[in-house]
Amino acid sequence: MAKKKENIRNFSIIAHIDHGKSTLADRLLEITDSVAKRDMSAQILDDMDLERERGITIKAHAVKLDYKAKDGETYELNLIDTPGHVDFNYEVSRSLAACEGAILIIDASQGIEAQTLANTYLALDHDLELVPVINKIDLPAAEPDRVAAEVEEIIGLDCSMAPRVSAKTGENVAEVLERIVADIPAPSEAEDNAPLKALIFDSVYDNYKGVIVYVRVMQGTLKAGETMKMMATGAEFNVVEVGYMRATGLEPCKELSAGEVGYITASIKTVRDAKVGDTVTKLQNPASEPLPGYRKVNPMVYCGVYPADGADYEALRESLEKLQLNDASLSYEPETSGALGFGFRCGFLGLLHLEIIQERLEREYNLDLVTTVPSVVYKIHMNDGSVVEIDNPTHYPDPAHIDFCEEPITNAHIYAPADYVGAIMDLCQDRRGTFKDMKYITTDRVDIHYEMPLNEIIYDFFDALKSRTRGYASFDYEISEYRRSSLQKVDVLLNGDIIDALSFIIHSEKAQSRARKIAEKLKMHIPRQMFEIPIQVAIGSKVIARETVKAMRKDVLAKCYGGDITRKKKLLEKQKEGKKRMRQFGSVEVPQEAFMAVLKLDDDN
Amino acid sequence: MTGIYIHIPFCIRKCPYCDFYSFSAQEKDKDSYLKAVLLCLKNKAYLVSDEVDTIYFGGGTPSVFGAERISEVIRCIKDNYRLTPSAEITVECNPSSVTEDFMHLIKASGVNRVSMGMQSAVENERKALGRLSGKEQVAKAVSFAKKAGIDNISLDIMLGVPSQTMESLDESIDFLISSEIKHISAYMLKIEEGTPFHKAAGSLNLPDEDTVCDMYLHTAERLCESGFSHYEISNFALSGYESRHNLKYWHCEEYLGIGPSAHSFLGGKRYYYSRDFDAFIKGEDMIYDCDGGSEEEYIMLALRLSEGLKFGEYKRKFGKEIDERIIKKAEKFEPTGLLTATDEGIALTAEGFLLSNTIIGELIL
Repeated sequence: MAKKKENIRNFSIIAHIDHGKSTLADRLLEITDSVAKRDMSAQILDDMDLERERGITIKAHAVKLDYKAKDGETYELNLIDTPGHVDFNYEVSRSLAACEGAILIIDASQGIEAQTLANTYLALDHDLELVPVINKIDLPAAEPDRVAAEVEEIIGLDCSMAPRVSAKTGENVAEVLERIVADIPAPSEAEDNAPLKALIFDSVYDNYKGVIVYVRVMQGTLKAGETMKMMATGAEFNVVEVGYMRATGLEPCKELSAGEVGYITASIKTVRDAKVGDTVTKLQNPASEPLPGYRKVNPMVYCGVYPADGADYEALRESLEKLQLNDASLSYEPETSGALGFGFRCGFLGLLHLEIIQERLEREYNLDLVTTVPSVVYKIHMNDGSVVEIDNPTHYPDPAHIDFCEEPITNAHIYAPADYVGAIMDLCQDRRGTFKDMKYITTDRVDIHYEMPLNEIIYDFFDALKSRTRGYASFDYEISEYRRSSLQKVDVLLNGDIIDALSFIIHSEKAQSRARKIAEKLKMHIPRQMFEIPIQVAIGSKVIARETVKAMRKDVLAKCYGGDITRKKKLLEKQKEGKKRMRQFGSVEVPQEAFMAVLKLDDDN
Repeated sequence: MTGIYIHIPFCIRKCPYCDFYSFSAQEKDKDSYLKAVLLCLKNKAYLVSDEVDTIYFGGGTPSVFGAERISEVIRCIKDNYRLTPSAEITVECNPSSVTEDFMHLIKASGVNRVSMGMQSAVENERKALGRLSGKEQVAKAVSFAKKAGIDNISLDIMLGVPSQTMESLDESIDFLISSEIKHISAYMLKIEEGTPFHKAAGSLNLPDEDTVCDMYLHTAERLCESGFSHYEISNFALSGYESRHNLKYWHCEEYLGIGPSAHSFLGGKRYYYSRDFDAFIKGEDMIYDCDGGSEEEYIMLALRLSEGLKFGEYKRKFGKEIDERIIKKAEKFEPTGLLTATDEGIALTAEGFLLSNTIIGELIL
């Protein structure tokens, strides 16, 4: 029996971080009885601990809701939740491509923010019908009228029908469902009889089923037993099961048909075989063209990840392997550092991605890690005409053989109250930014557009921005091009030995000031030891900054009273623990915190 | 040979830097405490099969306990343990609370060594430390002891106390030397958590770490010039007057400790009584802490002494040679002047004592 495509609605929710996307999603599940109230843990879609804590969605999720609307019809609503961060823009774009519409949430007190706009533009790029929803009307600072006007003025969306809700209390949330049914088009034209084209918008690894592929069927149908083919990778699989994602689990069905959102399992062993953006077709009667928009995702930021305890190298390798099962954009390969021993060079989509992976390794896999200064990918043009791409300062060639270097440049947009324009421009200028333009979004909010080198952003730009604007600024960037630049490799020497893990590549104008800050930070974080430790920061053999850690003179338990030997022994145990957190470089011991500290060099922090 | 430590948890008042277990008590508390100590001594006698050659009354302020009660405790030990005739019996005293009578009475009960807390001979330093007795009182207390026939006298001073300078330190050292005593303990002030000093740490006008180190080395130098040997990190003695009881701790020998917060090392195991007066009075037993006497512990303790770790002794005790790696590491340290390493053993220098935690850690870990 052909399903009524008119009753299907496929939609996403887009919003700036913290505007209440996940909370609204939870309410929708509750109202449609998709989840029993007693099973509601806050924000069921964000099921990683980390997601709940940071209030951001890292992986996309999808869920099918049944909704009996006021018109008496029952609708099949497919909610595709999207990651809310610039690092995952590609994933967001694939999720949006799977939908006909999107709910745009705007915080009733904060109004439009960086990602509100960025995501809106992304949604409009995909011709999505936008349903504005003004959230958090329960807040004392809520100004729904002002925000509605802002949305109409800036985005040009009619807000006269926009539901004004509190996802937190549930007020007016039912209205959102009515708007979805009324405003978002059904995939009516999706043709069951055409060759299968299903867009992969996410895939997750499951211990029992293998990879679960989340798809939106654009045309055609698919059922268990058929052979499917990934059009980008060419991989073929026998379909084991198809079905729908329900809030409480997977629900197998006979067939996925055009217009629907569902999952496929096919004993796929790794998510790399089911890449986000790829098109699924059938071996029999394949589609001639894949869906547009697929691209291979390349890591933008690299850093070395080392186990704090060398014995954990294998455990780290296994953990990375497991994480990669679910995260095709994470790359890693073995690397060795004179300072840190055996570890991995890992590639990430951006800084947030890096932080998330690092935190997951430490939390979920219980690993103690040392990470090196993150690096972008530089293109080094050699005198002989060849081009070397390097993501690790250690591989920086001898400057005598370098013709010129190129570094990645971004288009960065900062959205902030107009009061902070001066502070933001100072910061961007300091980060080698080139001012492009500035638009007043409203009378007191601006969109400042800068061109900035990526390597200025990956250090601690966002932290610095937040501290200079008291958290009011939001920020978004995308890579635009590679541009010729004057770069230098800077080394850090402790007691005369180069610590390879601390080397970095930097613009020549910034070398001196960064060098000085690093030397100061290291001095603060390297504890006094039994001898004096010179800290030098150098370009080649030229020292551009130096500090000295004075020799320690006193570390003694003067009194062991009344035979309390245990106290002395405990002290020794503590020393042992402390030593574990130290890295030995020649004769110098460096605590892991020192490595972290050189990553955060902003003065205001 | 075994030592016995008796903790007397009473003080006239608490000094603001002290975190030892003590409080000011009523006479009836002292009586019930005496009863509990005597009972414990009888009950624990079976644990000590060796002869007892040292007794140490520490605190708190044992002199506050009174000469009669101290005598009774010693009598109980004589009755229940095999006390050697030449045993060293020490009582810690507060110079302001001792009288000539007190010295005579304890001498009569067998006490032959007193240790008194002077801490500083400089008035404003003493006041900051909350110490009651002035220089004159200390001199008087020393003469009382000598008159009573106790010539083995130890005085404590503290280094790195509020507003102390190198000059004021010399004043204290001059006083110590002129007192003609046999033993001196010089402790660097450590700000302990939970003490009034800890809360006030910012406003104490403490000398900085480098100055404290200089004070320590200066003290060691001056005392050594006056014939004292720097035999342990914080202890100095004329030849033959090293504290035999305290040496037991550093030599990893056994001792029985009685009283709340007192520690014991018996039959290779370490125990302690909880820091709870009422529990002790009610008869709460000592608590097993951990096994003691390991190689690591032995080395750690031996290196607190200027005689250091002697390889021969080590072999006699453990029936094996010392780990080659320790010797290797020690040799690496030698050029720094922090220790001396010979075929016979390893010993820290005064500079090395200052860094003893780190060095010992480096050697054994």
